[in-house]
Amino acid sequence: MELVLIFFSAAIVNNFVLSYFLGICPFIGVSNKLSSAFSMGMATTFVMVITAIVSWLIYHLILVPFDLEFLQYVAFILVIASLVQFVEMFIKKVSQPLYRALGIFLPLITTNCAILGLALFLVLRDYSFVESVIYGVGAGAGFTLAISIMAGIREELDLADIPKAFQGAPITLVVAGILALAFMGFSGML
Amino acid sequence: MKSKATLLKEYTKGLWENNPVFKQVLGMCPTLAVTVSAINGIAMALATTFVLVFSSAIISLIRKLIPTQVRIASYIVIIATFVTIVDLVMKAQFPEISKSLGPYIPLIVVNCLILGRQESFSSKNTVGRSIVDALGMGSGFLIALFLLGGIREIIGSRTLLGFQVLPDFYEPWLIMILPAGAFLTLGLMMGFFNNLSLKKKKKEHDAVVRAHFAKRKPILAPEGGIE
Repeated sequence: MELVLIFFSAAIVNNFVLSYFLGICPFIGVSNKLSSAFSMGMATTFVMVITAIVSWLIYHLILVPFDLEFLQYVAFILVIASLVQFVEMFIKKVSQPLYRALGIFLPLITTNCAILGLALFLVLRDYSFVESVIYGVGAGAGFTLAISIMAGIREELDLADIPKAFQGAPITLVVAGILALAFMGFSGML
Repeated sequence: MKSKATLLKEYTKGLWENNPVFKQVLGMCPTLAVTVSAINGIAMALATTFVLVFSSAIISLIRKLIPTQVRIASYIVIIATFVTIVDLVMKAQFPEISKSLGPYIPLIVVNCLILGRQESFSSKNTVGRSIVDALGMGSGFLIALFLLGGIREIIGSRTLLGFQVLPDFYEPWLIMILPAGAFLTLGLMMGFFNNLSLKKKKKEHDAVVRAHFAKRKPILAPEGGIE
């Protein structure tokens, strides 16, 4: 039950994009088309789960026993950067179709604040190993949900007559504001 | 004199022309997340500027030593080091602000603004120019965060920097200090500034066209006379 709560809290109630403002860059940059937005969401989820596992292990097995907690930012970001590189190489070797679908998004993910945010939240909230993994899956699902909804709306927006000054980022932000309002409706649920 | 003028230009371009938030749409996460009040915005911008200036200085100093294949990783390590310094200093000196900014201080590491400046400017320019550029971008970031935080604070809790500026009968709009308010305010502000620069561009365009025709008239007149 606890785990289900963690999952829904990360995915919907405290959505990473719409209530913590993490991962805004891809949310605005890669939400033009539904198909690429969904691929971006899947790639991010994938990296998030692996990051949750690896950063939990590094924090609790290396940094804490040796009293090196102050190094956590440097350690986490290095792990994430090398992990993303590694995942990219691995996918390229193992599955070409998957690489074509996710490949171009992977390098972008290194500087996605949602990933580092996830690693920091795990430490801050003192989650156990299983909880961390579920939290990673939930956060990834929430990110995919938000970016897919956004892409769906923006595909419709292409047909709308938007003032010239508002085209691009401004209208996307206004739509995101309305989406965030909608997601606030979930806040009493848990 | 000439180098002084270009240095000044290096600084001022970050303030408005290339404002990191309104024009380049970089560093969105901290911009939206911490601007519930003007003071938080200022603190965030100062912390970011500190990291930006020092990492720009170091990276432009050693830019010829870093192999191109591992440059992103090296930049990130240098940036993360300065972020750790800022985080520890803020925890010790300003515990309240540090608490209200929470995990967004460590998240300066992945602020695209900082990595973007290193990649596009510091890795190609001298130390002095990089520092000036970083100061300019930092000031632009400060302006943007102060404006956004100030507007949200005034409308959302009728104060500015903690002092009450709107009368008591004004009912604060709670929405402005919630996430939705951040998105809406920034979206509307960006649209407003785009509109301003579009108008300015149109004015300049008109001026150029007018100047062009004004110059052509005397050339046309004798031609007509010859015929």
